[in-house]
Amino acid sequence: MEYVELLNCMRCGMCLPHCPTYKETFLETASPRGRVALVRKIQDGDLEVNERTLEFLTLCLDCQACATACPCGVNAGELVAEFKCEEKEKGGLSFMEELILRKLVPHPDRLESAMLPLRLYQKTGLQRLVRTLGILKMFPPALERMEGLLPPLPARPLRKSLQEVTPAVGEEKGTVGFFLGCVMSLIFSEASHATVRLLSTLGYKVITPKSQKCCGAPNMLGSDLEGVRRMALFNVELFGSHDLDFIVTDCGGCGAELKKYGRHLPGDKSSAEFSAKVRDISELLALHADELKEKLKPLPRKVTWHDACHIAHCQGIRQQPRALLALIPQLEVSEMNDPDTCCGSGGTYNIAQPEMSDRILKRKVDSILATGADYLVTANPGCLLQLKKALSETTPKVKVVHLTELLSESLVA
Amino acid sequence: MEASFIKELQGIVGKEHLLTDRESLAVYGYDATPELESAPGAVLLPGSGEEMARIMALCYGNGVPLTPRGSGTNLSGGSIAISGGVVMQTSRLNRILEIDQENLTATVEPGVITSTLHKRVEAIGLFYPPDPGSMNISTMGGNVAENAGGLRGLKYGVTADYVMGLKTILPHGELLRSGGKAVKDVAGYNLTQLLISSEGTLGVFSEITVKLVPKPRSKKTMLVHFPEMEQAALTVSAIIAARIIPATLEFLDKVTIRCVEDYAHVGLPLDVDAVLLIEVDGHPAEVEEDAAGIRVICEKHRCSFFQTAATPEEALKLATARRVALSSLARLKPTTILEDATVPRSCIAPMLKFIQETAKKYDLTIGTFGHAGDGNLHPTCLTDERDHEEIRRAHLAFSEIFDKAIQMGGTITGEHGVGIAKKPYLPRLVGEAGLRVMRGIKGGFDPKGLLNPGKIF
Ligand SMILES: Cc1cc2nc3c(=O)[nH]c(=O)nc-3n(C[C@H](O)[C@H](O)[C@H](O)COP(=O)(O)OP(=O)(O)OC[C@H]3O[C@@H](n4cnc5c(N)ncnc54)[C@H](O)[C@@H]3O)c2cc1C
Repeated sequence: MEYVELLNCMRCGMCLPHCPTYKETFLETASPRGRVALVRKIQDGDLEVNERTLEFLTLCLDCQACATACPCGVNAGELVAEFKCEEKEKGGLSFMEELILRKLVPHPDRLESAMLPLRLYQKTGLQRLVRTLGILKMFPPALERMEGLLPPLPARPLRKSLQEVTPAVGEEKGTVGFFLGCVMSLIFSEASHATVRLLSTLGYKVITPKSQKCCGAPNMLGSDLEGVRRMALFNVELFGSHDLDFIVTDCGGCGAELKKYGRHLPGDKSSAEFSAKVRDISELLALHADELKEKLKPLPRKVTWHDACHIAHCQGIRQQPRALLALIPQLEVSEMNDPDTCCGSGGTYNIAQPEMSDRILKRKVDSILATGADYLVTANPGCLLQLKKALSETTPKVKVVHLTELLSESLVA
Repeated sequence: MEASFIKELQGIVGKEHLLTDRESLAVYGYDATPELESAPGAVLLPGSGEEMARIMALCYGNGVPLTPRGSGTNLSGGSIAISGGVVMQTSRLNRILEIDQENLTATVEPGVITSTLHKRVEAIGLFYPPDPGSMNISTMGGNVAENAGGLRGLKYGVTADYVMGLKTILPHGELLRSGGKAVKDVAGYNLTQLLISSEGTLGVFSEITVKLVPKPRSKKTMLVHFPEMEQAALTVSAIIAARIIPATLEFLDKVTIRCVEDYAHVGLPLDVDAVLLIEVDGHPAEVEEDAAGIRVICEKHRCSFFQTAATPEEALKLATARRVALSSLARLKPTTILEDATVPRSCIAPMLKFIQETAKKYDLTIGTFGHAGDGNLHPTCLTDERDHEEIRRAHLAFSEIFDKAIQMGGTITGEHGVGIAKKPYLPRLVGEAGLRVMRGIKGGFDPKGLLNPGKIF
């Protein structure tokens, strides 16, 4: 982080009405302007890194709505995240962090094995039992929340079942590398399956390198920049060994992180090149709107689109998903209020900051329900988890789906 | 601050709405004004007018200064507690209490965000015209306290033209009602108008009643390029002299145009010296006629390009250049000093010329944009607070610009208020008599001088 980026904040306050935590609290300490000021005061030596300042900084969701709103191009969310990384570098990782961020996350095999007991837990009916008996109430609240977020898991992670090369249907127009996000593979494999299907239908050969590692977003959440860099170097080399037109992902969080590899590894040319090739699935599909239009069949439904922060704020993608939805015949799209306001998921924020997350989520759910839509469409696994849980509890008739699932359904319907 | 006093404050607002830790107070030391900062001793976020009154009475009784704060977006240091004490933030009082469709009024709490009111009334075909650039975050209380203007000021006037009634809590906690929904009211001094633009030094508004007007039926947006700045400035006066009153008549100078083009790529040619954004609204027939008249005047003043928006989307696109003016300038350098010297409309051309010459004399980058139709310009100095020498020159330049504005029959501030930032210049404008009367008024409201002390004079 450059000090001048802090100075660039002119304290105009334009970010305040867009910040989910300010909207809930009206507190300057919970606003982007306030957080930039805090970081600057710490750098200046007027304040210290202590329990209080960290409390204020960790309340930030890093949704980056402030970056969209800022007239001077200050990205308060990113500055806070980078500041936390720098602090972490001084102190080092704790035992648990080392275990999770360095030993588990970087290894898809271990991650998949770690999920195995969970799959058993669901399959054997133990989950139903636990939920009815309320046994989880006896465990730490974070565990209870994590359990609650878990939707039914697919039988096998997609990484295991997907071929390394999926050929193009018909004439081959190009080759894409598919970056399969961990959560997409482990939990939302249906959606990623749909993504690959759409790509190959449009004439792309899809290469999904089996040995790819996590994008590094969990490490960023854990303020472990070194961990992100290691993952980045690995993935850049792996994808670099193929001749690719684009690197595609259907996970907003991965996309945002992959596009930042260049920033994380300043001076590294191949990382910058890698980042330049990364596309969110909606960006690539929107390029083929005409072809898609001919292939899509009617879906008479009412849907509403939620702009995931990692897609709208971090990648500036708003128009493409809407354009894609508009292609589906008979699909009615009803815009919600503030579609680009965070749902409170924030990676692991909903577990780390349950109270604030719930307040932010409530606002989102109200906006969704006000549209009268029976489908909520988005394209980021964090939001899918968060909104699936919330809506299944309150209004089960509203289904939550990934954009590619909907498009793929229209392809066959 | 004494523990027992803090405890009493806590008794009024509750623990959650009282901040006293050093880390929280540190970020309540600023507003949007550059170079000014001073942390308060406590911050309170009351939840009702009654709580505000009790807080104020308690502070006044204990001799503790109190500074009201809305969203902290003012540009004169008005919400900075330079004498310490308590900052009282009104954000939680954010209810729109009533929209009276028979009398065409809205009554709001002070923490209501300006654009929230816009949306609510426009949904039922009504209109609250004041639209400061900060309307998505500024509070109605802050707007009244600063008498905020906006882009629609030329035709529709400023906040003061819409405030009909106020409930104001006086410094010692007593409630003062002034004005109301009656259109006419000449009972005694016009306290409502006196309280508007009092910058939180006379009382704290707990309820505000504003006038609404019917939403204009149609509007037309135009963007005009001028190869000569002087001609653009003369166009402004000529349009008004032709008895056409556009809702919006905004100006961008060459420095601003360059920055806008660099940042937003809206297609402004770089050899253009000035751009006017003009919007007319009202009855469709009248709008057509005004737009045609404006076109003739612009052409007479040798405009090089005249574009009329055909659709609302196109109108938005044309307005982009003006909308991003400040952002584009602010990106250039870390520190942005935005002023609001204002002159009679007929003096726009010489004033713009004077600003350019002054920038050159002091070797500064100053971009000017603003509400040309109101004579309200925003010369904006792009600098770096770490460069003390340049900051010193910037202050010298602005001092000359203010003097010039006064000389032309204008003012040192058209909408941002005096606060702390313009204090040194006020005596030049209002003189001894002006200051004496203002001090007398302040003493009448606040004999102990505890409400927002150190501001204006
Ligand atoms: C990017 C930007 C653009 C701007 N554009 C414009 C513009 O176009 N036109 C314009 O006029 N201004 C503009 N401003 C200035 C500013 O937004 C206005 O002065 C606004 O009215 C301040 O509102 P606030 O809620 O932020 O008040 P604050 O800044 O919190 O307070 C302003 C003053 O009002 C007092 N105050 C606040 N609430 C109350 C209350 N309830 N009772 C009594 N006193 C109170 C405070 O003590 C202080 O003196 C702009 C500012 C920025 C940063």
